[in-house]
Amino acid sequence: MRHHRVLRIISKLLIPFIMLFALYVQFHGDFGPGGGFQAGVIFASAFILYGLIFGLENVRKVAPPAVVTRLIAAGVLLYAGTGYAGLFGGGNFLDYSVLRADPVAGQHLGIMVIEFGVGTTVAATMITIFFLFAGRDR
Amino acid sequence: MIITLIDIILLTFMGATAFAILRLRSLFAVVMLSGIYSLLAASMFVSLDAVDVAFTEAAVGAGISTVLMMAVLALTGERERLPARTPILPLVVVTLTGAALFYATFEMPAFGDANAPVNLHVAPHYLKNSFAEVGLPNVVTSILASYRGYDTLGEVTVIFTAGVAVMLLLGGRKGDDAGIKREPADDAGNADSGDDDDRDTRGGAA
Repeated sequence: MRHHRVLRIISKLLIPFIMLFALYVQFHGDFGPGGGFQAGVIFASAFILYGLIFGLENVRKVAPPAVVTRLIAAGVLLYAGTGYAGLFGGGNFLDYSVLRADPVAGQHLGIMVIEFGVGTTVAATMITIFFLFAGRDR
Repeated sequence: MIITLIDIILLTFMGATAFAILRLRSLFAVVMLSGIYSLLAASMFVSLDAVDVAFTEAAVGAGISTVLMMAVLALTGERERLPARTPILPLVVVTLTGAALFYATFEMPAFGDANAPVNLHVAPHYLKNSFAEVGLPNVVTSILASYRGYDTLGEVTVIFTAGVAVMLLLGGRKGDDAGIKREPADDAGNADSGDDDDRDTRGGAA
């Protein structure tokens, strides 16, 4: 789609806002609708749009597959690691109240960290699946 | 009244879309209609005041699934082959199951009934105490991330497993990351010859 000038320019304009919106959904999920799952999908869609318009080679330069595949595991590890942090802090597995002196502040911190883990895994998985489908030989 | 009208319209559209998906043989049109179906489902969730679910459905079902299915479509044909024979038995099974499910809805408590069992167990505790215990205005996030954090960990593991499974199925050769073909001058050729050698040895042993 390299020769579609309108698509190229519009997507160039849109991609930063898509990513910004993904970050908003990610970190505003505590207060409104949204959270890691939705944010991860939206964040991945920015990369997928870039890949569709500018070609797979270019998006692989921006998001190297070696990094993206490792991020799939990193998100799960971040989530489970937060669970263990609660365990070592003297609470139960995934008990965020012990992460800080104030239980509510601990809950807030824990939820933010695990939502970030969810978003990382979802975005990386979606980008990887797109890479694999789009990069497959005909 | 307005809500009921919107629900009826959405349900009609969903039914029509589902029927069109059944009848159409052009897979491109089917993928597009699946996206539309997801969008209608998301609107239905908004009408049911489940905005978080609606958001997920719109992003995953209408958004990314459609794009991924398009990528799959580029690998397969554009048209679905006609079935060899008329599927009578599956039709009977589906009709009977659907009728049983429809019959079961008569026994369900009314939508939003405060005395429904689902609203009497832990839901009142979440609604009354989640702000004091977790401190988030969005109860859905409190439940998903904190009260039911272990379930959500399981869900993330499912996503992780899906990613790994797709990588295993489509990922190509060992040493490749996400099926990326290395430059021919790189060690790709060596890896290929190595594979061949392995196969030869095994063949010789057999």
